[in-house]
Amino acid sequence: MSDVIKKATRESYGEALVALGEKYENLVVLDADLAAATKTGMFRKVFPDRFYDCGIAEANMMGVAAGLATTGMIPFASSFAMFAAGRAFEIVRNSIGYPHLNVKIGATHAGISVGEDGATHQCCEDIALMRTIPGMVILNPADDVEAKAAVEAAILHEGPVYCRFGRLAVPVINNHPDYRFEIGKGITLRNGNDITLVATGLMVNEALQAADMLAAKGISARVINIHTIKPLDTELITAAAKETGCIVTCEEHSIIGGLGSAVAECTAEHCPVPVYRVGVNDTFGHSGPAVELLKEFGLCADNIAAVAADAFSRK
Amino acid sequence: MDELILRQLQTTACRVRMGIIEGVYHAKSGHPGGSLSIADTLTYLYSIMYVDPQNPDMPNRDRLVLSKGHTAPALYSILAERGFFPKEELKSLRHIGALLQGHPCIHIPGVDMSSGSLGQGISAACGMALSGKHRGENYHVYTILGDGEIEEGQVWEAAMFAAHYGLDNLTAIVDNNGLQIDGKITEVCSPEPITDKFAAFGWRVITMNAHDFNDIERAFHEAESVTGQPVAIIQRSTKGKGVSFMENQVGWHGAAPNQEQYEQAMAELTAELNRLEAQA
Repeated sequence: MSDVIKKATRESYGEALVALGEKYENLVVLDADLAAATKTGMFRKVFPDRFYDCGIAEANMMGVAAGLATTGMIPFASSFAMFAAGRAFEIVRNSIGYPHLNVKIGATHAGISVGEDGATHQCCEDIALMRTIPGMVILNPADDVEAKAAVEAAILHEGPVYCRFGRLAVPVINNHPDYRFEIGKGITLRNGNDITLVATGLMVNEALQAADMLAAKGISARVINIHTIKPLDTELITAAAKETGCIVTCEEHSIIGGLGSAVAECTAEHCPVPVYRVGVNDTFGHSGPAVELLKEFGLCADNIAAVAADAFSRK
Repeated sequence: MDELILRQLQTTACRVRMGIIEGVYHAKSGHPGGSLSIADTLTYLYSIMYVDPQNPDMPNRDRLVLSKGHTAPALYSILAERGFFPKEELKSLRHIGALLQGHPCIHIPGVDMSSGSLGQGISAACGMALSGKHRGENYHVYTILGDGEIEEGQVWEAAMFAAHYGLDNLTAIVDNNGLQIDGKITEVCSPEPITDKFAAFGWRVITMNAHDFNDIERAFHEAESVTGQPVAIIQRSTKGKGVSFMENQVGWHGAAPNQEQYEQAMAELTAELNRLEAQA
């Protein structure tokens, strides 16, 4: 595994902004005093006159982004997920969502893998919050390749998009020529008939490893990458429910309101099957190295495999 | 100010007030007090702003964000006066399926931004002004805030931002009628001294009498000459201005007149309109 390339999706976000800055002249970037951490600083360096620091004032930043969008600009408003989705929620709802403005929110440091900063900065509620806003698209890429594709897809999409990125360097798993990103289309990474692992973000790689562990036990697990939480690919999930009869969702987010909830809502309506949710189990995080925290909170291949094996045994 | 123009402005403002009363009465809810206090300012602004009712989305138009969005009846009334949509629409304000929503909605012709959750409009106005600077467009952005509204912290985030980026294409008007829902602003949780606060945040501050068109013109002319910083016009106004029993009454912040009150208000405004037209 030593030759696996790892990169944090926040890094991919910064690189994508730089790469796309040339192509899309209307693209401007806002940040709230976190440009070094969100990696929008990379864009600032190349396009200093298209970068506006709003200071530590996320509410105003979201409103400014809305105002820019009314004039045809494409603003990326960046901060940590906690502040972009959490602190500024009502501004995102009323000033961006309700008028359906073409604002892109670049939210980094999502989930528990923020690590040492601890619970105040480990946002495991952002997907839940953003899902409730009508017309909001939510993208949660799994790796470098997908994150870059997501940024361009967000630019091409007319309307508000919430892009979720991580701080932790994660393996690049989508670096192959067939890779294609389409908003709202999940990707079946592995076929299987006994159970389906539906994963998003950095949990996609964990789900793939879990599928290997399950295969060793004779359980054939399908693995689906849901990079777009909203709109959800209900067709792909319903088919998986029908064909495998059991689903385990895997996300670095609260089990309340995120991917697990979205999948359960989908199956409840279209094909009721047992859905087990691997995620942050209605609790706050705490300080520690990211990788150790992920293990502690069960956001790892071992736990996914254990939950899936148990689920399979109850089929 | 030319006497004829003054009469025209006064006449239009009187019609705007009648539209406010029509709208709120037929809606059986809404906010007449703060709508009436900004009727003269809106009338003046829509006489100088570069806008085209036939082409409301014209890219280089001047823009107005009604940050104190609950006073939408005033905005709708002046927009109807200017011909952005038929005046008849005012009678279905807040009705189910109607064009005119309880608070400003960007999809209504002439409305530049959805607003109403207090403190948010000024940020959007900053974004519009920033875009104008960024792209070298010479449109101007106006935003109207309530004096109670500026208790919202976001207003001061925006105030810092506008001054930092030298947004001299932005004018914020603070409607200082002294009343908010729970009572006098000085008794609820005072935002005073308002002029000192905006000055301290790096804005040029101008005060004006919100019900004297000569003074309104003076203030906006002065604002036009300011460069390098945003302008805050603190307008001293009377909540409920123009309807005797609504003036300075906090109870009329968010209440609709009953039929008798509606008839009295319309009678007063009609008498005023007749008086103004007789002078013309």
